[in-house]
Amino acid sequence: MRNILTLISGLLFGTGLILSGMANPAKVQNFLDLFGSWDPSLAFVMGGAIMVTMPGFWLAQKRATPFFSDMFHMPTRTDFDARLIAGAATFGVGWGLGGFCPGPAVTSLALGSTGTLIFIATMLLGMIAAKYVASPSTAKQET
Amino acid sequence: METEFTPITSLLGGALIGLSAVLLMAMHGRIAGISGIVARMLPPSADKAGLPQGITFVFGLLIAAPLWIALTGTIPDQVISAGGPALAIAGLLVGFGSVLGNGCTSGHGVCGISRGSARSIAATITFMATAFVTVFIIRHIVGS
Repeated sequence: MRNILTLISGLLFGTGLILSGMANPAKVQNFLDLFGSWDPSLAFVMGGAIMVTMPGFWLAQKRATPFFSDMFHMPTRTDFDARLIAGAATFGVGWGLGGFCPGPAVTSLALGSTGTLIFIATMLLGMIAAKYVASPSTAKQET
Repeated sequence: METEFTPITSLLGGALIGLSAVLLMAMHGRIAGISGIVARMLPPSADKAGLPQGITFVFGLLIAAPLWIALTGTIPDQVISAGGPALAIAGLLVGFGSVLGNGCTSGHGVCGISRGSARSIAATITFMATAFVTVFIIRHIVGS
């Protein structure tokens, strides 16, 4: 049951990305192209998602524990550090350059485009590199 | 190139993404951040206990496109305008940046904002800003 629900969760995520058009890098880059062929769709994707997650998270956390885990693994940090901002800034440059972020890239793998394969390969390398750079004590993933 | 503005399907697709995130939170108490889920499976310090759950989620992501094609008979539109070298650099930056900054579009942009996390809001504003600037440079300065 637990595995089926996790699988469905991944499937919903991927289907949502495809339905919303976010598996198409051109659509993402057009959202980011305010002074060119602007396509506001991405804002609607984020809006649609947040409209569900905001009440959904609140409801889910009314239970003392999740259904299949002994605790909620929520990020606890509230401080701003240089790593957060530098990481986000770096991520944004890559996102704009390729039009891909991790979810859409993984979802697009089965579409078999060479560009996706290249992106995923170097993305994994980038992740491993960052995990080596970040010290083990602070490398705990928040999200 | 132009893409069609799709408010309805984008809103609905977004809602499905939200539903997925709520499901993951209710089941495992985890944030549906794709960079985090993928990075946790990678060395060094791979999260072995969470590995089956991560693989299962990623498998769900991977079969979404084939199922979509099988059920709708249409192939999702996809135009990748960046060339190989640009995509290789983009991948490195996205991978490195998302791990360093503890999240990506889904973890910070959707889940973090929904939780009202100040860190996620700051991260989202930051990556949106650098992405806008990057696209402006490649399309209107380099590309013009």
